[in-house]
Amino acid sequence: MTGRRIAGRVAANGVVWGYAALILLPTLWVLSNAFKYKIDIITGTTISPITWGNFEQLLFSRQSHFLRNLFNSAVVAVISSAIVIVIATMAAFTLGRLKVPGWLRWLILGWALLFQMLPTLTFVGSWYVMWSAVGLHGTYVSVILTHVVHNLPMGLFLMLSFMSALPHELFQAARMDGCSNGQMFWRVAFPLVRGGMIAATALIFIFSWSDFAIALTLASPATMTAPVAIATFAQEYDIRYGEMAAGTLLSIVPALVLILVGQRFIVRGLLAGAVK
Amino acid sequence: MNASIAPGTTARRNRRWLVLSLAPVAAFFLVLSGFPVLNLLGLSVFNVEWSEGAASFSYVGLENYRRLFLQETIYWAGVRNTLVFAVGVVTCQMVLGFSMALAVNRAGTAGRTILTGIFLLPIVIPPIVIGTMWRLIMGREFGLANTVLRALGLNEVDWLGNPDIALASVMFVDIWHWTPFVFLLMLAGLESLDEEVLDAARMDVTGFWQEVRHIILPLMLPTIVITVLFRIILSFKVFDEVYLLTSGGPGTATEVINFSIYRTFFRQDQVGYGSAMSVVTLFAIAFMIIVARGLLARSKRAKDTE
Repeated sequence: MTGRRIAGRVAANGVVWGYAALILLPTLWVLSNAFKYKIDIITGTTISPITWGNFEQLLFSRQSHFLRNLFNSAVVAVISSAIVIVIATMAAFTLGRLKVPGWLRWLILGWALLFQMLPTLTFVGSWYVMWSAVGLHGTYVSVILTHVVHNLPMGLFLMLSFMSALPHELFQAARMDGCSNGQMFWRVAFPLVRGGMIAATALIFIFSWSDFAIALTLASPATMTAPVAIATFAQEYDIRYGEMAAGTLLSIVPALVLILVGQRFIVRGLLAGAVK
Repeated sequence: MNASIAPGTTARRNRRWLVLSLAPVAAFFLVLSGFPVLNLLGLSVFNVEWSEGAASFSYVGLENYRRLFLQETIYWAGVRNTLVFAVGVVTCQMVLGFSMALAVNRAGTAGRTILTGIFLLPIVIPPIVIGTMWRLIMGREFGLANTVLRALGLNEVDWLGNPDIALASVMFVDIWHWTPFVFLLMLAGLESLDEEVLDAARMDVTGFWQEVRHIILPLMLPTIVITVLFRIILSFKVFDEVYLLTSGGPGTATEVINFSIYRTFFRQDQVGYGSAMSVVTLFAIAFMIIVARGLLARSKRAKDTE
């Protein structure tokens, strides 16, 4: 029995760690290209001299705007996730904890669910036309506000799950003490869901940072984000593999940081958001 | 305290809170997701011509829809590919993800934190980066995949350029991308099963496979059904990876719905026709989501009344 159990343990570990290797090895191989000379990339040399040339070329050369692209990504992701978390937390408190007309709750949450599942690409055409009509196409405003609406359903559902996990008695007691809705939010709900807010913000930031479709169609060269810039590297006639790998490496830094410091938060958020 | 001084004030404040807390969300949804649907419906009955940055509209009635249903071929090839893609990738992700979760749940595993960190990697890095990575790996000449094949003395494969295998390559990337997510979901599901129920049920079965078939699968079924339905609907969203890996080619081998819409709108500037495409796609998928929700709600009710 114990022999079989050990065998099972070894097999299970083998399978999952095998999959982990399947994730890790290709990723590391691609990222290693960022430190290679072009000749070594083309000849497929695994162990090769290290160069920082790709990064220099990517960040500081006159033809490259990647530093600007990273800055744009940061501006868009920070501002849009801040807006999402503020308005989603307030709305989630009201929808999850207060008496709201049934039709209104049904309408907001039903639409959020539907909108979240519909392909983004069916909306981008209309967004393009709308933002052009008001003369804001290509500006930060258009990209940021569109990111807000795009990530709002997720923010709403995440915060709703954290709000509904709070004990009912707390709100009853606060109500007895004469708290108004706003006071209940600020004094009871808000301090208790701060952890949840951090988890939700982290995820929304990552999704905004990762967005491609919206930035591709709404941003101008001046507001172009890093993912769009990386995609244009790949489309050029003479693909600059080294710079592309360097750009890739820089653009996954936020994701790596989050995995290292906030793994718990990401897992919690992903699981809370996925089973709705 | 406040209530005893001025009950009317609190009531008014409470109402004001309700309005203020819901208004921003409602406004965003109305203006940037509700209105666009109407906008698309409106645009879809026009032919829009761009000249010097200004659009001129001419009303064409249902012509765009007639063209889409009777003359279009690429979009419908995309519909077929998207369905094959969705069913294929979700099946593989579920089988792989569930088996791995089952193995880990039974046997436990070393280095759980590191493992979770690695499995989170594909989920949190930008999809466009995943497209870039696999384009480099599946590249015909310098790609890692062909370098390995050559080292093993095998023929190289044109992963993304051969119309017969391009779709399978793109599907492989998506399976690679999302299996870890399904794994984490399934593992969380398995770990939340009630140990006492499991122990009691184990008395009646012998062997691992019986246990899986008669205890674990029935208990996990609700989680599995929800995950399958929503993974399928979410995989209709595929765009970033296809854009980067193949742009729908070669020919229409990897054309997907979203890429057809993008091309029509942004590369061919056919705003009216692209809107008709968006509208048809939007309503078809919305219909599927509503049917799926209905089925779920119905099976839940049936179970409750049992």
